Amino acid sequence: MAAGLFKSEVKNPVLRWVDTRLPLITMMQKEYGSFPTPRNFNYFWNFGALATVTLMIMIMTGVFLAMNYTPNANMAFSSVQHIMRDVNYGWLIRYVHMNGASMFFIVVYIHIFRGLYYGSYKFPRELLWMLGVVILLLMMATAFMGYVLPWGQMSFWGATVITNLFSAIPVVGQSIVQWLWGGFSVGNPTLNRFFSLHYLLPFLIVGVVFLHVVALHITGSNNPLGIDVKGPQDTLPFHPYYTVKDSVGLCVFLLIWAAFVFFMPNLLGDTINSIPANPLQTPADVVPEWYFLPFYAILRSVPNKVLGVALMFASIGVLFVLPWLDTSPVRSCRFRPIYRILVPLLVVDLFALGYVGAHHPQGFVVLLGRVATAWYFLHFLVFTPLVGWFETPLPLPESIAKPIVRKPHSGGGPIPGGAVAKPMENA
Amino acid sequence: MRLRVLAALAFLMAPLGGANAQEAAPLLHSHWSFDGIFGTYDKASAQRGFQIYSQICSACHSMNYMAYRNLAGIGLSPAQIKAVAAAVTVPGGLDDQGKETERPGRPSDTFKAPFPNDKAAEAAMGGALPPDQSLLVAARDGGPNYIYSLMQGYVDPPAGVQVPVGHYYNKYFPGHMIAMPPPLTDNAVTYADGTKATLAQEAHDVATFLTYTSYPQLDEQHSLGVRVLLFLIFMTIVTYIAKRRVWADVH
Ligand code: HEC
Ligand code: HEM
Repeated sequence: MAAGLFKSEVKNPVLRWVDTRLPLITMMQKEYGSFPTPRNFNYFWNFGALATVTLMIMIMTGVFLAMNYTPNANMAFSSVQHIMRDVNYGWLIRYVHMNGASMFFIVVYIHIFRGLYYGSYKFPRELLWMLGVVILLLMMATAFMGYVLPWGQMSFWGATVITNLFSAIPVVGQSIVQWLWGGFSVGNPTLNRFFSLHYLLPFLIVGVVFLHVVALHITGSNNPLGIDVKGPQDTLPFHPYYTVKDSVGLCVFLLIWAAFVFFMPNLLGDTINSIPANPLQTPADVVPEWYFLPFYAILRSVPNKVLGVALMFASIGVLFVLPWLDTSPVRSCRFRPIYRILVPLLVVDLFALGYVGAHHPQGFVVLLGRVATAWYFLHFLVFTPLVGWFETPLPLPESIAKPIVRKPHSGGGPIPGGAVAKPMENA
Repeated sequence: MRLRVLAALAFLMAPLGGANAQEAAPLLHSHWSFDGIFGTYDKASAQRGFQIYSQICSACHSMNYMAYRNLAGIGLSPAQIKAVAAAVTVPGGLDDQGKETERPGRPSDTFKAPFPNDKAAEAAMGGALPPDQSLLVAARDGGPNYIYSLMQGYVDPPAGVQVPVGHYYNKYFPGHMIAMPPPLTDNAVTYADGTKATLAQEAHDVATFLTYTSYPQLDEQHSLGVRVLLFLIFMTIVTYIAKRRVWADVH
């Protein structure tokens, strides 16, 4: 073995030649082949892989759309119609991309819920979690700017309403808004920069996802029991066990996505986006895409504009500090009798906020919006720290392979894990 | 069934934009051949709808995203399409002297618009712009059922309601006062294929044609979709079996 070469174990001489100089094959083998992975994942652990695949599909369809799209205020709308009508399978590419944005958010929201429920944000995975929140923010920016590109009525007025939020910033607000617009209203310069950024941000997301995965491979994955891996008996090699399990989830996911693309491609969209942007005609209702509705509801639940905008950003910001708000040493909600109720309640709360975001803020809707907004922040800022202090967690199993618990103070012998911990869910 | 559940779920989440429609009457519903996952366009109906569009609607409404060649999708032959296109004259660019020329239409031309621009259309219509019809079904809640209803929605205004000059009362139009005179009546056209031209029949046919102009790819979309779903169901089963085998030795 010559000096300066990597000691490769690849058999094929050509691949070996490459691997000794650039050990990608060895790296993939280590990180995705033999990588020791907890043996007890349930299907919630599919969603990171699903998000990765979705991101790749979005980039691929996006690149093909961009080949035929024209980022000009006079031509954008008709160039989209050109894609739908004249480009071979243009309708397919566009419908995949359009519905893909919704699929991406569904997947990532479930992925985040998984993290919340099983305590994946806690030591030692805080940074991994924060990188996830950065991905979420980048996704939101990307989706928002992408929705502007077809330059329909909702594109235009959505962009107007959302960019105007920045005018709430004291003193410099108005200047910032004009700087974002590149003019005195949403117009051609806005469309051009949004197109440029909509093309750029997904590649930044790829970069952050890479860091996210690197961080994951340092700490290793969490698991439904939330306890640390104690040794080889607790893990399985990633391949073939989790490659095949992820593939099952992927097939089901693609099935759902395809059902949307082919049979209800416009269900999640808004009809008035089929009307070309018209700066002189404000639509009766400006409603954001469904995945922004809870945040939009928080914004509108506060009578004061500055405070509303601040709370809306804080609703994501609070996720960054969650690892330090949660005072419980136990990760998985399976062993947290109180918190395991609060996390699903938070999901109910987000659905309520979604409902509020989609409706005219009058009467009952306003009240519901305020209560749900208050609950959202109470959950993170009050309940999460308090419950961590007061809750008595259930006894933890000894290890993943041997889900055997010792009664905390009895000092007695081990009892069968099935009695307390649920059976493994990896069938 | 799964589709239904998904649709229902998605409906719960989707912005309920229609909620503000100013107490317009609930829409009439027709049976559409293109509904459902196996749905395809009823070509005879779409062709009758095209006849209505050409003889009536095209006097006021443009159809900017439809080219004559797109009529192949509702079953017109290349010769028929050529003839339809050749019946109009379109700008032919500049000649050697730099003068504007004209030429007969070709299948690749888009439908000729009744007015040179929106301003001219508004001027002719007393200020109201007849919207372009290529995306009308896509751009209205209710889609084909909305068109179907609107065409049949002209009724006498309720007692005490004043209809402004140049407007008509339509019970399905949001706000009821529409600037479009009733475009269809019984026997407004004589169908080339001998179908009896009742108002409901005409409304149904023109709505079918307008759905086609909004979604010309629908037939292909459905047939490809069924094949893709079958393939993915098959892949799901195969992968699941593989997963069971791989995991059989763990436990
Ligand atoms: C005499 C001119 C004229 C003819 C012919 C005509 N329209 Fe219209 N149409 C209009 C005008 C003007 C409007 C705009 C109405 C308004 O905004 O109040 C309109 C609006 C519409 C709308 C939109 C209603 C809405 O929800 O905004 C539909 C749908 C429509 N027409 C369908 C048709 C169909 C189908 C035909 C042929 C059967 C037709 N029109 C023939 C003038 C016409
Ligand atoms: C583009 C979006 C995202 C992609 C592609 C992505 C990708 C992945 C992948 C491949 C994994 C490993 C597989 C798994 O455990 O499921 C993972 C793990 C993880 N992700 Fe993400 N992710 C994304 C967004 C997010 C977001 C928004 C968050 C949180 C706010 C997040 C938090 C986590 C955490 C905490 C883990 C470790 C999970 C564990 O093992 O328990 N991710 N991610």
